[in-house]
Amino acid sequence: MVRLITHNLLACHAKGCTTNNFPLKLTDVKLALREADFNPDFLRGFLPRVEWDALIQASREIGDTSLPVERPEMLDDDLLRQLHHVLLEIHIDEGSMTCPNCGHVYPISNGIPNMLLAEHEIW
Amino acid sequence: MIPTPDLSHLTKNDYERVYEPAEDTFVLLDALEADADAIRALAPRLCLEIGSGTGVISTFLAQIIGTSDSFFLCTDINPHAATCTARTGSQNKVPVEPLVASLARPLTSRLGHAVDILVFNPPYVPTYDEEVDAAQRSVGISGSWAGGADGMQVTDAFLRQVDGLLSPQGRFYLVTVKQNNVPRVQEFMLKDFSLQSEIVLQRRAGREYLFVLRFVRSSNLVHTA
Ligand SMILES: C[S@@+](CC[C@H](N)C(=O)[O-])C[C@H]1O[C@@H](n2cnc3c(N)ncnc32)[C@H](O)[C@@H]1O
Ligand SMILES: [Zn+2]
Repeated sequence: MVRLITHNLLACHAKGCTTNNFPLKLTDVKLALREADFNPDFLRGFLPRVEWDALIQASREIGDTSLPVERPEMLDDDLLRQLHHVLLEIHIDEGSMTCPNCGHVYPISNGIPNMLLAEHEIW
Repeated sequence: MIPTPDLSHLTKNDYERVYEPAEDTFVLLDALEADADAIRALAPRLCLEIGSGTGVISTFLAQIIGTSDSFFLCTDINPHAATCTARTGSQNKVPVEPLVASLARPLTSRLGHAVDILVFNPPYVPTYDEEVDAAQRSVGISGSWAGGADGMQVTDAFLRQVDGLLSPQGRFYLVTVKQNNVPRVQEFMLKDFSLQSEIVLQRRAGREYLFVLRFVRSSNLVHTA
């Protein structure tokens, strides 16, 4: 079920929408918390792939303010646990993701984002 | 031996709308299992499966790698496949994350050279081109096999994205059949993208001759004993 780790990797791909198309703005979310196994090695390894500013923006959009605004240089245990929670334990069961550039809305329902475009050339 | 994921939650109804695991699925599972040690040794952090169907392959991959050691992202154009993938994940206590999407479209801009393990068991059956268009647009079960000319229309569209997605150490596993013209696929990926490939498994299943190809960057050849 979609979590912020995934949201951090999604950009609008509507035709011609190539700048300012990330991060998608989260609204009308219904959240669920589900525990996940804490794995510090995974978090350290994955973090270089995370866009920090987008993560902060998204976490605030869904009402979590636990992470520091600036990307931290040191990853201590506390911070890793916070990251674990924000990236992996908060599930977005319902909601909308809106492109900041073209306004296209991608819905999330039953925890699954629908990223298809209703265009002719679907693929 | 890693047991095949539990699919007992899926019913005949599901299989009217989602591809039921078949020989092509199993040949890919076997190829992944044969490479299990090498895959684990990469310490993959991001795995991406295109066209996950029931989700059996990504679930198996998570069981090989370790469910909390990597992130398992899936796409499928068929919304019911995405639902089944999520259910297969929960049934096997594996966090696979499905998206309804075509190929890796919404991910390509953020996943530049970031995917460690990429897998695709595509719709590979040769059909008329119109058939593949209709199948893709229907986002239903016909999209799981209709492949257009040489069965390669959907695969070809994806092959052009592989180089952009694969991490420096990354591996891409692809299922093909004989009619797909395997040597042409290998040559194309080598010439245009410097991606080297090997047939890691081949098997005859009824009328089909199945091949699993593994692609890596030429700078990163897999040494086999
Ligand atoms: C041969 S089935 C494989 C399903 C599953 N991975 C397995 O091995 O059993 C091909 C899958 O690709 C999906 N598919 C077809 N076209 C696609 C596209 N353009 N983007 C994403 N998935 C697609 C189909 O819906 C189907 O689930
Ligand atoms: Zn857009």
